[in-house]
Amino acid sequence: MIVLDDVHKFYGSQQILRGCSATISLGEVVVVCGPSGSGKSTLIKCINGLVPFERGSITVDGVSVSSPETDLPALRARIGMVFQSFELYPHMTALQNVSLAQVHVLKRSQKEADERSVKILTRVGLGGKLGNRPAELSGGQQQRVSIARALAMNPQAMLFDEPTSALDPEMINEVLEVMQELAVEGMTMIVVTHEMGFAQRVANRVLFMDRGEIVEDTPKDQFFTAPSSERAKQFLNQVLTH
Amino acid sequence: MSDFDWGVIARSYSFLAEGMLLSALLVLVATVGGLIVGFGLALMRLSTHRLISVPAAGYVTVMRSLPLVLVLFWFYFLMPLAIGRPVGSLTSALIAFVLFEAAFYCEIIRAGIGSVRKGQSDAGLATGLRRWQVLRLIVMPQAMRAMGPLILNQIVIVFQDTSLVYVVSLHDFLTAASVIASRDGRATEMYSLVAVVYLMICLSITKAAEFYRRRRPS
Repeated sequence: MIVLDDVHKFYGSQQILRGCSATISLGEVVVVCGPSGSGKSTLIKCINGLVPFERGSITVDGVSVSSPETDLPALRARIGMVFQSFELYPHMTALQNVSLAQVHVLKRSQKEADERSVKILTRVGLGGKLGNRPAELSGGQQQRVSIARALAMNPQAMLFDEPTSALDPEMINEVLEVMQELAVEGMTMIVVTHEMGFAQRVANRVLFMDRGEIVEDTPKDQFFTAPSSERAKQFLNQVLTH
Repeated sequence: MSDFDWGVIARSYSFLAEGMLLSALLVLVATVGGLIVGFGLALMRLSTHRLISVPAAGYVTVMRSLPLVLVLFWFYFLMPLAIGRPVGSLTSALIAFVLFEAAFYCEIIRAGIGSVRKGQSDAGLATGLRRWQVLRLIVMPQAMRAMGPLILNQIVIVFQDTSLVYVVSLHDFLTAASVIASRDGRATEMYSLVAVVYLMICLSITKAAEFYRRRRPS
């Protein structure tokens, strides 16, 4: 469903991505991990065109992300994204956050959008927080609103950019649980995360990145038991023993 | 000292009121027009195309380094030459004010937009909103928080600057007062009045700015 082919990304003279290729099929859950600065976030932001890249190609459902003819907003509407820092709109309530794009992108009526928002917010456990602004919610609640905001658009795939990195430890699980449910329901997901427990429970495949390269692209079990590269072994040692 | 004659104010009331009306008109047109043109300039300056952003930046730099009096003169004397017929001092002053203030409003709006984290527009774009929708629905409402007090502050400055229109022989409030002052020899009374009126108006706008800031805490 999502195909990356030899993607190169430069910031000035600095190369962030060095020829990344991968294929993500419908219903797959792929965890992207690796040391910080390895280009994980940049890579998933390339998938919905938030970050432009210089060489290579990315297609979503056969539609090229970088082609000038592509209606990028229409493509983005079909891919949900969740950010490390939530990025809820601070001037709107939880309900308004979730309804906004439904009304302005999918052209649903306000009533129809709100009904769907209530349903989804209830599903992520926030049915009682509809009228609250982001500042009145905990980090974990904010991140669940932001997942609801993406889900409300009926996306075909979801991108998660370190969704739990900005959370206090006691709030990580409530977010991971919502993500796990999604995975069980068959959502196609690409998740950048350091949560190796989540990867072990939920992922089908693990992409391990280092210095802008996808060093390893292996089924989950193999990644944790028998990683083929030295760099992945080192990384696993560090994250699993601390 | 009993030879103050405050009655001069009452006697020249309608002349003064006309001056105040002109000042108000200038402030209104300069603010509304300046905000509209300034918004366009700010969008141009934020463009990634240098062909669009550089001319806007140049315009802003030039306007902000010129004294307003010069701009007023320039439009008064050169506009007729440029379009081939006289435009009148009021029209030329209004155009000069709008184009001059636009440069300042451009910078205020640009700073306001710049104060909103990039992640906010990324989040909007990621849901499929188009750039102008992101600007209207997500960025501008947040930018207003930073911009509101600065805009009110700029209105105070515009109001004080309206007195400069005397150079193209228009009678704003201050000019009207000084005409009466020299005609009736009542400088003390008239200039005291002007000071009090300016003080009251500017003070109330400043208070409004403070109120605005308190009502919308960041």
